[in-house]
Amino acid sequence: MSRREPLIFELSGEGKRAFFLPPLDVPEKKEILEDIKLREDIPGFPEVTEPEIVRHFTRLSQTNFCVDTSFYPLGSCTMKYSPKINEKIASLTPFLNSHPLASEDLIQGNLEIIKLLEDYLCRITGMDFFTLWPAAGAHGELTGMMIIRAALTRRGRPRKIVLIPDSAHGTNPSSAHICGYRVQEIKSNEAGTVDLEDLNRMMTEEVAALMLTNPNTLGIFEKDIKRIAEIVHSKGGFVYMDGANMNALLGKFRPGDHGVDVIHLNLHKTFSTPHGGGGPGSGPVGVKKELEPFLPIPVVKREGSKFVLETNRPLSIGRIRSFYGNFLVLVKALAYILSLGAEGLKEVAEIAVLNSNYIRKNLEGIYYLKYSTPTLHECVFSDKWQRERGIQNIDIAKRLIDYGLHPPTMSFPLIVSGALMIEPTETESKAELDAFIEAMKKIAQEAVENPEVVKTAPHNAYVRRLDEVAAARNPILRWEKKD
Amino acid sequence: MYPQNFYYTRDHEWVRVEGDVAIVGITDYAQKQLGDIVYIELPALGTHLEVHQSIGSIESVKAVSDVFSPVSGEVIEVNEELNNSPEVINQDPYDKGWIIKIRMKNKEDLNQLMTASEYEKYVESLEV
Amino acid sequence: MSYIPLSKKDIEEMLRRIGLSNLEELFACIPQEIRMSDPLDLPAPLSESELLEYFENLSQKNLYPKFLSFLGAGAYPHTIPTVVDYLSSRGEFVTPYTPYQPEVSQGTLQIIFEYQTLICQLTGLEIANASLYEGATAAAEAVLMAQRIKNKSRILVARSLHPQYRQVISTYVRNLGLKVEEVAFDSKSGRLNLDDLKKRLDGDVTALVVQTPNFFGVIEEPGEAFALAHEKGALRVAVIAEGLSLGLLEPPGSYGADIACGEGQSFGLPLAFGGPYLGFIACRESFLRQLPGRIAGQTRDAEGRIGYVLTLSTREQHIRREKATSNICTNQAWCALRATIFLETLGPKGLRELAYYNLQKANYALENLVAVQGIKRRFDGPIFNEFVLELNSPLSKIMAALMEKGILAGYPLEKDYPELKNCLLVCVTETHSREKIEALVNSFKEVIS
Repeated sequence: MSRREPLIFELSGEGKRAFFLPPLDVPEKKEILEDIKLREDIPGFPEVTEPEIVRHFTRLSQTNFCVDTSFYPLGSCTMKYSPKINEKIASLTPFLNSHPLASEDLIQGNLEIIKLLEDYLCRITGMDFFTLWPAAGAHGELTGMMIIRAALTRRGRPRKIVLIPDSAHGTNPSSAHICGYRVQEIKSNEAGTVDLEDLNRMMTEEVAALMLTNPNTLGIFEKDIKRIAEIVHSKGGFVYMDGANMNALLGKFRPGDHGVDVIHLNLHKTFSTPHGGGGPGSGPVGVKKELEPFLPIPVVKREGSKFVLETNRPLSIGRIRSFYGNFLVLVKALAYILSLGAEGLKEVAEIAVLNSNYIRKNLEGIYYLKYSTPTLHECVFSDKWQRERGIQNIDIAKRLIDYGLHPPTMSFPLIVSGALMIEPTETESKAELDAFIEAMKKIAQEAVENPEVVKTAPHNAYVRRLDEVAAARNPILRWEKKD
Repeated sequence: MYPQNFYYTRDHEWVRVEGDVAIVGITDYAQKQLGDIVYIELPALGTHLEVHQSIGSIESVKAVSDVFSPVSGEVIEVNEELNNSPEVINQDPYDKGWIIKIRMKNKEDLNQLMTASEYEKYVESLEV
Repeated sequence: MSYIPLSKKDIEEMLRRIGLSNLEELFACIPQEIRMSDPLDLPAPLSESELLEYFENLSQKNLYPKFLSFLGAGAYPHTIPTVVDYLSSRGEFVTPYTPYQPEVSQGTLQIIFEYQTLICQLTGLEIANASLYEGATAAAEAVLMAQRIKNKSRILVARSLHPQYRQVISTYVRNLGLKVEEVAFDSKSGRLNLDDLKKRLDGDVTALVVQTPNFFGVIEEPGEAFALAHEKGALRVAVIAEGLSLGLLEPPGSYGADIACGEGQSFGLPLAFGGPYLGFIACRESFLRQLPGRIAGQTRDAEGRIGYVLTLSTREQHIRREKATSNICTNQAWCALRATIFLETLGPKGLRELAYYNLQKANYALENLVAVQGIKRRFDGPIFNEFVLELNSPLSKIMAALMEKGILAGYPLEKDYPELKNCLLVCVTETHSREKIEALVNSFKEVIS
């Protein structure tokens, strides 16, 4: 694939068009324009035809790896197959065409979908209430932390500190910070889990909450979750669970039954809605009963056989976005739950964990595994042994591309230097897993025998390795017309 | 390996003293840890600094690191060249890659810093 | 249904390789006493045909599509060219993750780069990011960004800013010690009340936030207000809740905006009960380091060919953690893709024409509606595709009678603005034919008499 697709702006030709309106069917009144400052032109805006548009985007699409074409083992991202029926359902006309400000009577179907999904997410997680409005996981974290802050403020004072393990995803500290909290890091112990003694020492009456990912970003289940919750609760704090990795727990463990007060889920991970190249996602937040008054507005309520939107809620944290959630994403997630049922969801967790452990078993001894603790849906190797030959995780990642495979996650957990965080999900066949394992083994071998080929990878992608340093030193962030 | 007549901090800044002026930069170890430096945020001239106050940050593509003032005093000069060529820190951390000059308020601040051999031992202890 | 591509034999082989005898043993790390033994309480699974029927039935419970609707107020019905649906539904666009690995994501990255360029061209500003969640959170992010730059104690927000946007801004800043104050609108024109603004502006204001066209559909032309704000050292934030207006009206960059943000739903996204939509944000180059969210940039590969990467990531949560410019991670990339296809399909002429149709049709509707006995135009400021009517009889009764005729005449304002009793916000776009507009006018006539 050596052909370069130019920017659309470079295809532009004056007078070319791809869009035509019917004649204006009301009398045109030019005098209206006299009161208004109009723009002259949109300098540089592209003028192209429909055939060019279609080729442009089709060709660009072909340079992307995606779940529909390739194994995509990005750790903590849960890149599972997105069922096509769910896309079809989400494009039913009455969903696409309903206006968010229509009165409740006219959108009962939508409200019922929201209520059903809330209800099923409660049953899956053991929480008492859900809000489906957050647009992504980080938005869910922010919402959840605001709820905790509102509850503590109501009790007397919001407190000052949020505890976060050093293995956490970067959104956790950032969300806590926007919520007005200072972050204190808890060190992981040798098993890769929260150190109870450390927690005991750090958990004071200044601590609002512990934000815990479970299973954590090493793929390890925090087996002391009950004890952890007791410690946090004994000092009047809340346990916030980042549910990004809930895929491992479906039908196996309900956080709400064991001390978790607030949780967010990622529908675009566990519940199969597609990632779209970086969103739209959806990050519903579940809470225990005590926190229900603080949920963001509006809240969907059942009144007899009708569904209504309640906005008069004096203790609510307020509105966290316009209208409701990413509704079409919610539709897809509900369809997923209904198509799998209880047995199907449990099987999802079982096979996701099986696949991950199969990869772990086959790569142990070839790549360094910092923690020997058993893992669930993902495993985190590192480049420690390859680095002795000058090969880093990024080189291994880029070389995987040459084998037609997407690289694992490398940017975290920060506690594993040179991390290779692998999450296969349940929707990969044994053949795909074996191909990945084979490629990883070959790369380890190449790192010894022919390190140059690894260091300079990829060799057969649409582009060679890109210069990220130059991109950051001299940012070019838009196309500009050359005179 | 580390210039002998410099002072060092645990955060990997170095200090060279000229009269009552402290010239501050980051060590070779620090620039290597960061990788290719792409951006540096410098303090305004005249800023009054306390010991260990943040004087700005240095960014590579995948990391960002705060720079802390090793001494107290006033910022009298910043290395403007770094705005356009931050890679100078990678290329020449101890000379052309200097970051700021501080007119020291209290020369005794220097007593809290490490010597070259102490710093070398410190770095070795980190690499284990 | 199931989407698991392993046979029984595969599972057995894999378990054997791991050294386990059954799947449950994989979960031994979850202590027995907290592991579930009973199945989840969920309905029996549905097949594909059952699932479709189930949702078709649910969708039919939405009566809204049966009505002729003039609702806007932040969510606008617009035409969507066929190529937008066709191209955006390709698996290569729907099923990748965020383009962390540029070598296998050039399509997504180049499209983000094109999108950023389009947003800059539309807003007349220099830098745009890859997207935010939707309009209201985009406005909140703009306020947080302004606060990082200015670090003062108050922000001024036009009362004519979308009520939900104001609420979201309040939610976001509540825990940061920033006070939100409203600036009144002029009761006659519907535009920002400059006298009220002058009274409130002092050196302690982080930013002035103005929406145009504002929530009442009135075109603000905030140049003068922005000049006043700038004099007092406040940043100038323009909110564009109806993106289409940028096709025709003066861009934020030319009336002095430091930051422009808003809602791009009009660019190829269906109403969809409020989401997914598209938040956009753009700013002057000097504020680049304070911009939230992902940004794509152009660079070269090892052979010198042009390519694209996510760049300036040190602003973001995965590197700067609690000091990041925003906690946003996943954004609305696929919606930005649709907007890119939409805007490139329309081109400058198509976009201008479409906006012009909205302007003409809304003004035609307004003119004919105010000719009806008992209906007054509430504000005399120029409008784009929405306007406020004031009725001389109880609005709720008239709305109910119009609904009997299958018409949703608009959004009643009294709940959000008690001072606008019996006032109705009406939206007219290119999707409303003359016939539909006349149906609205005639129904009003019948109902009022």
